Amino acid sequence: MRQNPYSDSALTSGGSRAPASGYQPANLGDILERVLDRGIVIVGDIRVSLLDIELLTIKLRLVIAAVDTARQMGIDWWEHDPWLTSHARESLPPGTSPEALETPKEALETPKETHEITKEARDSAREARRG
Amino acid sequence: MGDGVWLHAIARDLEPGAIDGLAGVAGGTVRTVAAAALVAVASPVDLDQFGEEPLRRNLEDLAWLERVARAHHAVVAALARAHTVVPVPLATVYRDDAGVRAMLTQRRGDLDAVLDRVAGRAEWGVKMYAEPAAPAQSSHDVPAGPRAGGPGLAYLNRRRAQLSADEERWQRAADEAEATHAALAECAAAARRHPPQDRRLSGRAEPMMLNGAYLVDRRSADRFAGLVASQAASHAELHLELTGPWPPYSFAAADEAPP
Repeated sequence: MRQNPYSDSALTSGGSRAPASGYQPANLGDILERVLDRGIVIVGDIRVSLLDIELLTIKLRLVIAAVDTARQMGIDWWEHDPWLTSHARESLPPGTSPEALETPKEALETPKETHEITKEARDSAREARRG
Repeated sequence: MGDGVWLHAIARDLEPGAIDGLAGVAGGTVRTVAAAALVAVASPVDLDQFGEEPLRRNLEDLAWLERVARAHHAVVAALARAHTVVPVPLATVYRDDAGVRAMLTQRRGDLDAVLDRVAGRAEWGVKMYAEPAAPAQSSHDVPAGPRAGGPGLAYLNRRRAQLSADEERWQRAADEAEATHAALAECAAAARRHPPQDRRLSGRAEPMMLNGAYLVDRRSADRFAGLVASQAASHAELHLELTGPWPPYSFAAADEAPP
């Protein structure tokens, strides 16, 4: 007899209420800690920069303790990100040093400046690499 | 602004009708993209909402994130019921099918290895909570040493004993979580510990000591549940909670280092 542990779950085609759990409906935290892969939001061709990820995870940290520290998750994430195609990888600035992308505290409170800060951090990373 | 391709999961093959009636994260029809003897299950997303810039904004909106995470999970869970799949992390978006095919071709080795690892298995979650701290012990629990000095010193001694009792209790709970994890891992093909959830998220007053994920053979699911029950019985001061079966989310990464 083939045991199918999923048989007791129901799926609605609307896709918004589908408990995968046979024991209890899947709670949001349990889902997020699994689908977010330890807080790292990974995108294929489309990149969300490190700082943005930190912004996201720091907000999520308010509700989810499943997120590792920014440092742990930030290091070289694109280098080892298997979901990133080589095309997208090549378009990353050469020599980008993740250490230099550590989030300045103020950046966390001012998401609007994130893009500039990212660019600045990357520029300084490149300089640091050359120097 | 064109259409993007959101990935849900990757399989070797799907039974006919496997994706019928499934709706993607943006409500679009779920479809497949095949390459390198693998099938990616995808759904269309509008880059106005799921492109690089809107995505970073939307991901910070918890209501948006919840809706999308649940929709993504619904598709992955539906597939995982009857198929061996590698769940794809949330927010994996490609600009077109060519990008998906390139990824499948490039990662074929990894994906094959993960598919082999998760075949015939499901993920189970086990959380373990410690009892809330007992009310402070009265002073007679602390033996007064022969050299106990004045009331100030007595207080300090009591305080120290209290602190070390708390520490001991915590350490004991941590040790038991460790032992429970090891026992459960014995019955699993792979095991991983997620960081314990915050109380606001777990909704429980007791601290979470263990937030484990276990990849268990489907035929061993009952044995695993029995093991969880026996662990719960042997640690009266700890509460265990079993969730699952889950799609093998926690075991979907290639060359995962052991926890």
